[in-house]
Amino acid sequence: MSVRLYLPGDASALSVGAEQTAQALIAEARRRGSEIELIRNGSRGLFWLEPLLEVVTPGGRFAYGPVTAEDVAGLFDAGLLQGGHHPLALGPTEEIPWLKRQRRLTCARIGLIDPASLSDFVSHGGYRGLQQAFAIGPEETLKTVADSGLRGRGGAAFATGRKWRTVAETPATQKYIVCNADEGDSGTFADRLLLEGDPFALIEGMTIAGFATGATEGYIYLRCEYPHAARALRKAIATARSEGHLGENILGSGHHFDLQLRLGAGAYICGEESALLESLEGRRGQVRFRPPLPAVKGLFGAPTVVNNVITLTSVPTILAEGADSYRALGSGQSRGTLPIQLGGNIRHGGLIELPFGVTLNELLHDHGGGSASGRPIRAVQVGGPLGAYHPVSQFDTAIDYEAFAAIGGMLGHGGIVVFDDSVDLAEQARHAMAFCAHESCGKCTPCRIGSTRGVEVIDRLRAGQEPLAQQALLRDLCHTLTHASLCGLGSLTPYPVLSALDHFPEDFQPRPVGSTVQ
Amino acid sequence: MKPSPRLIPLHSDSGTDLSPDEQAAVTVALDGQCDQSALLPILHAVQDALGYVPAAAIPLIAHQLNLSRAEVHGVVSFYHWFRQQPPGRHVLHLCRAEACQAVGGRALEAHVMRTLAVEFGQTSADGAVTLEPVYCLGNCALGPSLMVDGALHGRVTASRFDRLLRQLRDDAGEAAP
Repeated sequence: MSVRLYLPGDASALSVGAEQTAQALIAEARRRGSEIELIRNGSRGLFWLEPLLEVVTPGGRFAYGPVTAEDVAGLFDAGLLQGGHHPLALGPTEEIPWLKRQRRLTCARIGLIDPASLSDFVSHGGYRGLQQAFAIGPEETLKTVADSGLRGRGGAAFATGRKWRTVAETPATQKYIVCNADEGDSGTFADRLLLEGDPFALIEGMTIAGFATGATEGYIYLRCEYPHAARALRKAIATARSEGHLGENILGSGHHFDLQLRLGAGAYICGEESALLESLEGRRGQVRFRPPLPAVKGLFGAPTVVNNVITLTSVPTILAEGADSYRALGSGQSRGTLPIQLGGNIRHGGLIELPFGVTLNELLHDHGGGSASGRPIRAVQVGGPLGAYHPVSQFDTAIDYEAFAAIGGMLGHGGIVVFDDSVDLAEQARHAMAFCAHESCGKCTPCRIGSTRGVEVIDRLRAGQEPLAQQALLRDLCHTLTHASLCGLGSLTPYPVLSALDHFPEDFQPRPVGSTVQ
Repeated sequence: MKPSPRLIPLHSDSGTDLSPDEQAAVTVALDGQCDQSALLPILHAVQDALGYVPAAAIPLIAHQLNLSRAEVHGVVSFYHWFRQQPPGRHVLHLCRAEACQAVGGRALEAHVMRTLAVEFGQTSADGAVTLEPVYCLGNCALGPSLMVDGALHGRVTASRFDRLLRQLRDDAGEAAP
């Protein structure tokens, strides 16, 4: 009898040798005359254990990791196909403490299913949300999404139900659903894991959004730095279309919805929704003035929902399980769960989906196990390259949109990048300004020119040239960027810069002569 | 090239400076397209086929989409991903973002630049590798990361990079006539 094995085909697993492991498994099984069925699943997001191999036994799925190609023969000797004992054995996958203590709703199927199989998706609860939407109608679907308290997971945290209602109530012959999959923030990978591990979930979420708002066409704008996700999505869209889950009369509902995948081209600014729309229309990714909001006048001038991947994939669960059960989770005005991404200098990094309210300390130490280097954690940057640097004294802050705003930060897309005590925060502040200069679309002056001036001021500050005057100048420049920029790139760059200066002033002391300024 | 029926040819586009291969790639990319919103997909198709977007392709694309050359050039030059010069045999995207910086990304960057003797955007003297910067590859718990010809590599140390580079140079050696 053939034994089923799961080994991720996810980009992160591949980056540490999963393909070589897969080849070794196939070769070793053939050599021994064992029949195996190897499924390439998504990554469960326990990256220090990748490549994570799972074997299906009568007692459930057993995990081994990290499994390199060299480990394979020994694993077969130890009775891998029966879930035999081995130093790399981790026990039943669902019982791994790191996974067991999570609350996976939006990311529940990642790593569990074969991402290329529509039937696997359906047998694990897929399309239950859409069936429910069809059953209750567009108005009740809008109400359910609003009642769940779901807020945009891309970073701006705008109420999803309100955005959808605006689109639904704006009269137009054509409306659009646009998925923002331009996950450019450093330290974030939840979108990628989802797209590679459970691509049908996004298709379902977008179809629901189309049904609720009256939109019949959708676009997924995916960054081209994610070729693996692009392949997974292309395959899933083609399958969904051929199986009647996209196109005319979806699931016999009479409703029409189809979507296209579009690739970005390496511009961080296209994660900003109006620049993204410009890019979809075939132009330079320059931000638009607002109003009008995209919900009123978006893609090709039509009312458009622009939502992040996680926002859209949270919707099917909300419809299937009800608004109340989602709303019951979380803290304050932040309802439901957030897929948190723990990266950088951390021992146990990866994807942690939990209700809002968990603290940074719990995430860094209980889940993350401290720094990877073993040195003390000195700072974390939360919310991507435009997020603030937080010192240890703020690590009791809860994951909650308002709690982070209150300490001068932002939760953004839920990425946490960990730095040990070797970090130079002045260098990080300089990088923030340099990044803004590199990625500025050039439309507004504070961002286009202010970012370059910011790099120069920080260089002078670090060189000890009139440090007090330079500090005042830097703060003044940040004030201008915050209040006079058109979009988040310019107005949020002061977050990492000023938080570094405020919490780590010692790093801005003049360098000894001969030290390098990059 | 089949001109779209709604376009009125204002000038002849025959006799461009494109080589036959380039001409073929551009023709395939333009097939059936007539709307500006197809511009990025067209540029991706050209670059996927050739490794770059030749400057002489810009008038052809502009003509087909009924845009000015300046508009097309503006898009090509805006997006970091598109390049107008042929790259080396391999393209290496090295992550410069914060999560990789937190685990030695800057030291790796210095090592890579020293070893290849290039700056970002340049190709090594032997033509093997073009080095490009990238800000995040979504592999933030397994950094430092880089991508070679679309294949992602994590936990890249200086010695792991040196091994990888030897492979890349050997591949090129085998491929050479």
